Amino acid sequence: MKFLFDSDTWQEIYGSIRKNKTRTAITIIGVLWGIFLLVVLLGAARGIENNFNKIFGSFATNSVFVWTQSTDTPFKGFQKGRRFSLTLRDVEILKSEFSKEIRLLAPRNRTNNLIIKDFKSGNYQVSGDYPVLDKIQKKDLMYGRFLNDNDILSYAKVCVISEDMYKDLFDKGEEPIGQYLKINSINYKLIGVYKRSNGISFDGNAAYIPFTTFQKVYNRGDKIDWMMITANEGVDIEQMEADVLLTLKNLHKVHPDDKRAFGSVNLGVEIGKVTGFLTGMQFLTWFVGIATLIAGVFAIGNILLITVKERTKEIGIRRALGATPISIRRQIVLESVFLTTVAGMLGIVFGALVLFGIDSMVGSGDDAIMINPTVNIPIILIAFLTLTVLGSLIGLIPAYMATIVKPIEALREE
Amino acid sequence: MIEIKKLHKSYPIGKDSLHVLKGIDLHIKEGEFVSIMGSSGSGKSTLLNIVGLLDEHDEGEYYLNGKLIKNLNEKKAAILRNKFLGFVFQSFNLISYKTALENVALPLYYKGVPRKERLKIAMEYLDKVELKDWANHLPNELSGGQKQRVAIARALVTKPKVVLADEPTGALDSTTTDNVMDLLRDINDEGMTVFVITHEEEVAAQTKRIVRLKDGIIISDNLTSKSKAV
Ligand SMILES: Nc1ncnc2c1ncn2[C@@H]1O[C@H](COP(=O)(O)OP(=O)(O)OP(=O)(O)O)[C@@H](O)[C@H]1O
Ligand SMILES: [Mg+2]
Repeated sequence: MKFLFDSDTWQEIYGSIRKNKTRTAITIIGVLWGIFLLVVLLGAARGIENNFNKIFGSFATNSVFVWTQSTDTPFKGFQKGRRFSLTLRDVEILKSEFSKEIRLLAPRNRTNNLIIKDFKSGNYQVSGDYPVLDKIQKKDLMYGRFLNDNDILSYAKVCVISEDMYKDLFDKGEEPIGQYLKINSINYKLIGVYKRSNGISFDGNAAYIPFTTFQKVYNRGDKIDWMMITANEGVDIEQMEADVLLTLKNLHKVHPDDKRAFGSVNLGVEIGKVTGFLTGMQFLTWFVGIATLIAGVFAIGNILLITVKERTKEIGIRRALGATPISIRRQIVLESVFLTTVAGMLGIVFGALVLFGIDSMVGSGDDAIMINPTVNIPIILIAFLTLTVLGSLIGLIPAYMATIVKPIEALREE
Repeated sequence: MIEIKKLHKSYPIGKDSLHVLKGIDLHIKEGEFVSIMGSSGSGKSTLLNIVGLLDEHDEGEYYLNGKLIKNLNEKKAAILRNKFLGFVFQSFNLISYKTALENVALPLYYKGVPRKERLKIAMEYLDKVELKDWANHLPNELSGGQKQRVAIARALVTKPKVVLADEPTGALDSTTTDNVMDLLRDINDEGMTVFVITHEEEVAAQTKRIVRLKDGIIISDNLTSKSKAV
């Protein structure tokens, strides 16, 4: 191993690398491109994955949302095109019938209203909710608190608004908590301000008021607009969705095959699609990256082989002067390893620079395509190590070819 | 120094084989200056390559410095070449991307001499062949005679026991030929064994012993007038 730290070894390698500029360039480009692609693709994949994670981040991912539309099949004496509403009775029935499957269930009502604060006002969504909503879609509060059970029981006239609404309706730096907002001519006490969620949101800029308050103020009675259901761990979310819909169809006298009567979004399935897409993308990334890498390494081997043939005479001379086969082989293998290593490092550096560039161009802001596109250091180290090992293995072939012939045959070569 | 008994060598050519050396007996003592002559294809180079451990013989015995050469692996052969032998070729065989000085220093690299010392010794030998001023030139910037002198310096730098030269003057004009032969004689005067292949009678005449080969057999082996001077 001493030869590794011998300046002469490197002097020899430097000499031969400088001599064979084209070979050096092609080799470096081959491997550089391979590892560069791997780094950039993996980083981009990670960035997109991070983005998806952010989008779904605030949601319990095994959730189903259900609302009503209008029937598309006549059933039990009803015409098609009938409109109907979900009710709190449905909620109770679902809760008891699916007590094993359902972890959380949030009945919800919503409307649009002008909201007035002193001399400022704006039109926003107003949503009647239970505290459980916070468990299904996490609200990140910057001031105060979210609705609680007391608010529900006491029909409290309180509200929680979004960061954007706070900015619209309040002066800069004004304390929001305890102030009053007028919604539909009724004063609500502000109890919380939540941060804008970066991910998907079904509410937009909503003012949340207690479900019971909403019920009374907007005279909704038993009816609800839609519901969010979160399943227990390990429940087949698609099966649950189907079962829930069937139960609801039965309750509302809707034909079991009616496709339009109920609208639903299964977040679990949507995420599954995205996850599948991500897995596919990652697979593709690895495939492309590794294929390129291997191609690069083979290019090195091939080029080394060619140059060894070109250098047969030189190797013959060296052997006549007393070079042992080991020293010849060592030099060729070391050349190969050196080239792959340098090229690999350059590839990683360029890849990292490109990722950095991507990050600063599209990696921030609310509409970011990628978030924090990074590559795992261990992954890169493994790729790098594989590369070096492959590089030395492939270097062995020409090294072997260089010493298999008798020195005189090498010398006779023109 | 070199002792050869009933040496045979054939080259396989397709299914047949070409019998090139047909029983050579030759004894060269330390400090001799021997030339080999013979028509083209008579087996001169073949003999020299076997002596130089660049090739292997088929039959017979070869003792180098008293040691029987048999079933030598490449590593041992390389070490022996580095230690005992210096080569001078007709086509110089310098490494094109190395300077004259680096070329001369190369055998010392394989001997394991540190770089600084190596370059110092190499410079001394370049001085000896009067090419000190050309030390940092690449081979393609040198004339044929200069190249051959660099090659001789390279052959000498490890202080070998035997210098083997295959037509060292074959590519040179008469003035440079004399130049090179003077150098070889100086080396021999210092006690090194020198073994030269040549086609030219004038060159052979400057050595101390002439061995003539014909069809793979030694047909004559005579001392020259030069040998009496010693
Ligand atoms: N590697 C080889 N394979 C087959 N035949 C060979 C090989 N090397 C030499 N020969 C043959 O062996 C014979 C002797 O060759 P050698 O090179 O020893 O001759 P030489 O005396 O040096 O001739 P020259 O004066 O032309 O250099 C020739 O007929 C040559 O064709
Ligand atoms: Mg010859």
